[in-house]
Amino acid sequence: MAGAASALFLLDIKGRVLVWRDYRGDVSAVQAERFFTKFIEKEGDPQSQDPVVYDNGVSYMFVQHSNVYLMAASRQNCNAASLISFLHSVVNVFKHYFEELEEESLRDNFVVVYELLDEMMDFGYPQYTEAKILSEFIKTDAYRMETSQRPPMAVTNAVSWRSEGINYKKNEVFLDVVESVNILVNTNGQVIRSDVVGALKMRTYLSGMPECKLGLNDRVLLEAQGRTTKGKAIDLEDIKFHQCVRLARFENDRTISFIPPDGAFDLMTYRLSTQVKPLIWVEAQVEKHSRSRVEIMVKARSQFKERSTATNVEIELPVPVDASNPNIRTSMGSASYAPENDALMWKIKSFPGGKEYMLRAEFSLSSITAEEATPERKAPIRVKFEIPYFTVSGIQVRYLKIIEKSGYQALPWVRYITMAGEYELRLI
Amino acid sequence: MSGHDSKYFSTTKKGEIPELKEELNSQYKDKRKDAVKKVIAAMTVGKDVSSLFTDVVNCMQTENLELKKLVYLYLINYAKSQPDLAILAVNTFVKDSQDPNPLIRALAVRTMGCIRVDKITEYLCDPLQRCLKDDDPYVRKTAAICVAKLYDINAELVEDRGFLESVKDLISDNNPMVVANAVAALTEIQDNSIRPVFEITSHTLSKLLTALNECTEWGQVFILDALSRYKAADAREAENIVERVTPRLQHANCAVVLSAVKMILQQMELITSTDVVRNLCKKMAPPLVTLLSAEPEIQYVALRNINLIVQRRPTILAHEIKVFFCKYNDPIYVKMEKLEIMIKLASDRNIDQVLLEFKEYATEVDVDFVRKAVRAIGRCAIKLERAAERCISVLLELIKIKVNYVVQEAIIVIKDIFRRYPNTYESIIATLCESLDTLDEPEAKASMIWIIGEYAERIDNADELLESFLESFPEEPAQVQLQLLTATVKLFLKKPTEGPQQMIQVVLNNATVETDNPDLRDRAYIYWRLLSTDPEAAKDIVLAEKPVISDDSNLLDSSLLDELLANIATLSSVYHKPPETFVTRVKATAQKTEDDEYAEGSEAGYPESSAHSADGPTSPPTSSSNDAHVGATRPAPAPSTSPPAAPVPDLMGDLLGMSNNSIVPVDQPSTTPGPPLPVLLPASTGQGLQISAQLKGQDGQIFYSLLFENNSQIPLDGFMIQFNKNSLGLAAAGPLQVPQLQPGTSVAILLPMVLFQNMSAGPPSSLLQVAVKNNQQPVWYFNDKISLHVFFTEDGRMERGSFLETWRSLPDSNEITKDLPGITVNGVESTLDRLVESNMFFIAKRKHSNQDVFYFSAKIPRGVAFLIELTTVVGTPGVKCAIKTPNPEMAPLFFEAIETLLKS
Repeated sequence: MAGAASALFLLDIKGRVLVWRDYRGDVSAVQAERFFTKFIEKEGDPQSQDPVVYDNGVSYMFVQHSNVYLMAASRQNCNAASLISFLHSVVNVFKHYFEELEEESLRDNFVVVYELLDEMMDFGYPQYTEAKILSEFIKTDAYRMETSQRPPMAVTNAVSWRSEGINYKKNEVFLDVVESVNILVNTNGQVIRSDVVGALKMRTYLSGMPECKLGLNDRVLLEAQGRTTKGKAIDLEDIKFHQCVRLARFENDRTISFIPPDGAFDLMTYRLSTQVKPLIWVEAQVEKHSRSRVEIMVKARSQFKERSTATNVEIELPVPVDASNPNIRTSMGSASYAPENDALMWKIKSFPGGKEYMLRAEFSLSSITAEEATPERKAPIRVKFEIPYFTVSGIQVRYLKIIEKSGYQALPWVRYITMAGEYELRLI
Repeated sequence: MSGHDSKYFSTTKKGEIPELKEELNSQYKDKRKDAVKKVIAAMTVGKDVSSLFTDVVNCMQTENLELKKLVYLYLINYAKSQPDLAILAVNTFVKDSQDPNPLIRALAVRTMGCIRVDKITEYLCDPLQRCLKDDDPYVRKTAAICVAKLYDINAELVEDRGFLESVKDLISDNNPMVVANAVAALTEIQDNSIRPVFEITSHTLSKLLTALNECTEWGQVFILDALSRYKAADAREAENIVERVTPRLQHANCAVVLSAVKMILQQMELITSTDVVRNLCKKMAPPLVTLLSAEPEIQYVALRNINLIVQRRPTILAHEIKVFFCKYNDPIYVKMEKLEIMIKLASDRNIDQVLLEFKEYATEVDVDFVRKAVRAIGRCAIKLERAAERCISVLLELIKIKVNYVVQEAIIVIKDIFRRYPNTYESIIATLCESLDTLDEPEAKASMIWIIGEYAERIDNADELLESFLESFPEEPAQVQLQLLTATVKLFLKKPTEGPQQMIQVVLNNATVETDNPDLRDRAYIYWRLLSTDPEAAKDIVLAEKPVISDDSNLLDSSLLDELLANIATLSSVYHKPPETFVTRVKATAQKTEDDEYAEGSEAGYPESSAHSADGPTSPPTSSSNDAHVGATRPAPAPSTSPPAAPVPDLMGDLLGMSNNSIVPVDQPSTTPGPPLPVLLPASTGQGLQISAQLKGQDGQIFYSLLFENNSQIPLDGFMIQFNKNSLGLAAAGPLQVPQLQPGTSVAILLPMVLFQNMSAGPPSSLLQVAVKNNQQPVWYFNDKISLHVFFTEDGRMERGSFLETWRSLPDSNEITKDLPGITVNGVESTLDRLVESNMFFIAKRKHSNQDVFYFSAKIPRGVAFLIELTTVVGTPGVKCAIKTPNPEMAPLFFEAIETLLKS
């Protein structure tokens, strides 16, 4: 049942090896490169291919990031979920180090890349992927010192995400509650799927080893404490915590207690699958006047309270592939034709609640139609927006207590924002 | 933070190596460091810089950690090619392993473990011993993994030096990371050891559960994976364990969540309380759903696992079907897996919404996805009787869109719907017939023809429709030809008028005389004979009521499902295959310089006996020596000239003008004396019926030699045999003909076999699953082994030159080695004779110190060749077998075969 990676490869967009680290000596770079170049050449679009492939006794798992592939190879029955997660973590570590992970930055930093690959994985077993702590003892040229470094305590500590001895003049915590609304509306105008994925994003600038406790209006907790929960409490369906949160404690009494990493991280994510009314509703009517002309009429309506305002609203309307000569009018915002996406992009900077805006567009079509019936591309209408100071779930941070043995006072800043996630209306 | 290392790649002038050599020996530190970077850059782009070995190693003794790491990296890469020089590094390693800086101590021991050179390994033991007891947890966690490395290189050394005990002690270490790595190391060692090494007791269990709360995400995965094989003593213990593990479901790392799910599912099997089980199912649903918000590659792994989980515990996600609806931007591999799960979760309650989704998908652009969506509608129709009609109307709507591949796919699934609900939905046939001309895919054509034949009496112009296909009969693929044949026969039996009669003559003529396809020809002969002897009987047989089909095509067998569930999150769960089917352990062997060895080999070549030389592929192998004549050869002539088997009446030959040799002799009692066949179904399991069987190769033909013994009280008759899909596609060439078997009697049968008939997908395995039934007893299933040597063909001989050439042309990755410790080669001559008798042909022999090295070639059908190297000391146990083959996945099968051959 056990198993580990044989080797880890960083490959360019054509599948050629840029840097690789051999952990077990049973998969060669030549073999992997031969397989992978053929694989992506043959399949054309590697994004459509299963990310786990078996070839000639070796299993390959890969992910893509900009113009680089990261690939693990194994001859054993290794934990695929763990190795793929690990590859994503490697991406994050490299991004932390080089700002951008791409072919260029890997070449420019190959010495550090080797050092990191040696530290993050041993004999094919994932070891350590906390970028912030790694950068305390593996440094790029600019920061390298001649004196030899020691492994920070954190690498093997129970608190593996934070080093000791951090010091700030001003102790501050920023907490952003970000909710993404995912919605799927079918051709009949029915909402067939809707859920909210929330994240508590933290940025901490705290000295020492602070003990934090977060209080939410979580119904289970409030009811357990015997408080009345008139309409204010919410049910969080599935919560995922950053590894700093003591899971056993949460399981026991729903207390969210933790020693935070330094800097930015996602403290927790949660999901609610309660039916939400689409915050922005879009209806479109398509009229084909003749073989050569099509008219699209679109209504967009905001379905939230007037005191909130959606900003940066972007409505992507699919249009026929052969459309040309657009003639567009809008009652608000600006619209432009983006032929590269076969879409019309309607942008509205500010969209207050309870309002309705219109768009009318006319296109010419090429009058030649193919003999054989081929299916039209059926893209949905997609919407992007942000609504500040508002959450769909009604989640509230009741308190964020920060206790450190030096006894400093820390200021927590909390913000709320709702935005569109996968927001798709199949209405055109 | 950004570097400028790319400059090190750009020095590609001539004379680079001498230049680097000079720089490496520079008196200036910085210059040396830059030089090492250039060397590593060259190594990275695949240049051979092994000649700088001594110079690089000289830079090893440095205070500069970065430089040291680079030199170590160089050593890992090139020590194998310079084993004698690698010893130069040992001193520094040993010194570094005692450095005051824990980073350097760990680095030394970590790197030494990666160098697979025996001389280095010997020196590793003492530092490793020290590091396992180091004060610093960073060093201990590195040492724990290093024990696994050492075990991989030299297992005995690990056991002799007591490292296993030291790692086991680390399970109780106070540092969670050390515990996690010790668990990983022990789990791996256990996997490769026959003896119990790592047994989880209730004591270790509680230690590990505590460490679980504190170690890194990756460490949590090691621990959960190791614990999931722990068998709780009773339901209470299982509940306790689950309670400790459920908080992991809240972890942000998907791998931790999946491993926790695996562990909970394992323990749930023991839990008896339905309340607890229901509660756990409820707890697991939200985390499983949340996995679908992860990165697409992880979603893919999660979906493959959810597919397994819903087969065992359908209730967990019964109400969550909507989360599997496809998003527009989902990668195609995610969409495909979601579809599969939607089918599994579809029920009468949600089918309307599901159908609406499928219909939406069926009009997308990706052809494979569209096809799968159409097929999904059909599978729902077959699965949900009450929804069948709605499914069909959706399919008809799709057919009306007239997109060619949608229509074809729809017709294929509608055929299956007809087979599931006979005589229910024929009213739609007229609509289907409208699309007749557009069908160009064999499966769709065959399906449509099947429908026409099956319902010929209700289609007014069935004869015209079929006739239109007949014109192109000879050009059609076999699948369509077979259906055309059957459909025409059905039509004729239903409407025995002039038109169909002419058609049937054309078809039968085409199918018997003008075709090379044995299936088609045999089926045509059977129909022909049926029709000419007894048309009424033909009607009874051809138009008999058929069993109704069901949709179990995508459900896994329960024991396989068990095994896969125990492997959640691993590759096995992604492939839906047990680990042994794809795990290949290849020992990394040092690079060989084959050319030299062979040159030497052919000089000292073993004189080939003339009888071995130019045998044609058809003539049986003639043994050159008489002494070691193992097994008896059958004096009977080859099957091609054997008289027709008794049960075939002469009439047939007359009627069809068929020559005798076109049919395979169906069975012939075995006249071969020889060792008794292995008992595969003992009488105790078979209610008195005992079956012994073995695969045999005779005169280039494969037989399944069977012995039936009836120890029951009743006569048994009506024997039939069936082979499950297997790696060589073995199937019976004809029906099993066993006479009625009276109590206390036995009968031996030689059943001719064919290859490549029902191939199983996936990596080869030697498993051959057989089912035998008779009229009196239930169906018996038993397992046999495919011994590859039975299949070695007589044309496997290779000339020395072509052997050498082939060996060199195959990449090293195609070379696989296995030690056969229990085997002794005593007499060279007799062994060689025995091997050649099994069609393993001797090529050459050479001496290598006290060992003999032999080269052979062998081939199995379809031209898969094996080049074999056997190394042994004659008379002492232990044979090393190395093979090279274009199909290395067959290696495990080959090794089993060679072991059997050498043992006998």
